[in-house]
Amino acid sequence: MINVRNVTKSFTLHNQGGVEIPVVVGASFQVAAGSCVALVGASGAGKSTLMRMIYGNYLTQSGQIIVGDTDVVQAQPREILKLRRETLGYVSQFLRVVPRVSTLDVVAEPLLATGHAKAEAIAQAAALLARLNIPERLWTLSPTTFSGGEQQRVNIARGFAHSYPALLLDEPTASLDPINRATVLEMIQEAKARGAAIIGIFHDQAAREAICDHLIDVTAYAPRSAA
Amino acid sequence: MTPLLQVEKVSKYYGRRIGCADVSFDLYPGEVMGIVGESGSGKSTLLSCLAGHLVPDSGAVRFDTRADGLRDTVTMSEPERRMLGRTDWAFVHQHARDGLRMNVSAGGNVGERLMAVNARHYGEIRDKAIDWLGRVEISDDRIDDRPTAFSGGMQQRLQIARNLVTGPRLVFMDEPTGGLDVSVQARLLDLMRGLVREMNLSAIIVTHDLAVVRLLADRLMVMKDGHMVETGLTDQVLDDPQHAYTQLLVSSVLQV
Repeated sequence: MINVRNVTKSFTLHNQGGVEIPVVVGASFQVAAGSCVALVGASGAGKSTLMRMIYGNYLTQSGQIIVGDTDVVQAQPREILKLRRETLGYVSQFLRVVPRVSTLDVVAEPLLATGHAKAEAIAQAAALLARLNIPERLWTLSPTTFSGGEQQRVNIARGFAHSYPALLLDEPTASLDPINRATVLEMIQEAKARGAAIIGIFHDQAAREAICDHLIDVTAYAPRSAA
Repeated sequence: MTPLLQVEKVSKYYGRRIGCADVSFDLYPGEVMGIVGESGSGKSTLLSCLAGHLVPDSGAVRFDTRADGLRDTVTMSEPERRMLGRTDWAFVHQHARDGLRMNVSAGGNVGERLMAVNARHYGEIRDKAIDWLGRVEISDDRIDDRPTAFSGGMQQRLQIARNLVTGPRLVFMDEPTGGLDVSVQARLLDLMRGLVREMNLSAIIVTHDLAVVRLLADRLMVMKDGHMVETGLTDQVLDDPQHAYTQLLVSSVLQV
């Protein structure tokens, strides 16, 4: 489902003397449908960078990143937008939303974008929020005022609203209590069972062991000069 | 898929000064593109060329017309271009007073656009005006008030209602949230996002506010000195800018 072939990435800082910082060199791996791969490596090794490259958030200098039938490296913006709408979900560490939009609408948005009816989308959003223990009295409020753990759960609900065939999870369990953590792991297991290909970053080792089929150490793709 | 708007090498000079030079891009149905750059970078000149308010010195602006497919709006006749301006296009000005008739009632402002496309039934026009005022959150007891009696945010929302009532396919916006309070801005952004999705609108938004484009635009074009220096997905351009100027622009934003 996700096929990363020999990709390379570096940052050029034009306003700081044109320094070029290589971050990923020659990364290659595959993730099959229904399996989960964890990216591991020390902080700064390039885990999130690699994930952002797969999402098309960072440009990739060379190589191929095939998700479904789209090469993210070569794709036009509108092809990436379509990919993100229909195929590739991403749960980032931070929630970014339009101020003053209700939590229900935030979670329902991916469903509306894929053409679901408003009532159905709202109902499904409500079910997800209930499952993740967001108190119902908060649903009509904007998540910008929520606690860190609550925001993260809203972000997860949003990421799981549409049944994406491929999912990127950046520290989905980082600031959660044990009960919610268990719920999130259960949701990831369910996504795997329905055939989603998942790439995750988990500092939580128990979580990683519970759901991941392979580990990929990104230190192997870090350029030697920088390491 | 046919692009809704195909811009090819559009250039506009003011004497020997560059307004904008060699700008090309395709815009597809349902896409929202942001154009950012500092003042004087040529973004408003470009927008005026695209919307037919200025005639570019060279280049083509092809629009996918309902009747004949892609037509170059630069070379089409003035009546045809004006017809597009009343039907398939909308232009939201930075200053609402540039896009509204200030001495005509709110309902009249919305109704006028309808009459321009041959609506004649008074009751229907008034009902549609009330419906649209409601959509932009202006209560129906204000329908007979003039825009001069409205706040800046309300004027801007009225301008949006006036522009969208005829069901355009392409909306040009010049700094739509400029000069508004942040609280009013947030509401307007949410409103515009909803309308874009519900009506499958395409839009080109000129702004210098990077937070606005991040929330509204799918794609982003960065302009400097009349030239397009970078283009791509909005979040990619903002999070991984490639050009020196874009890096400077992104790193100059104050954190709240």
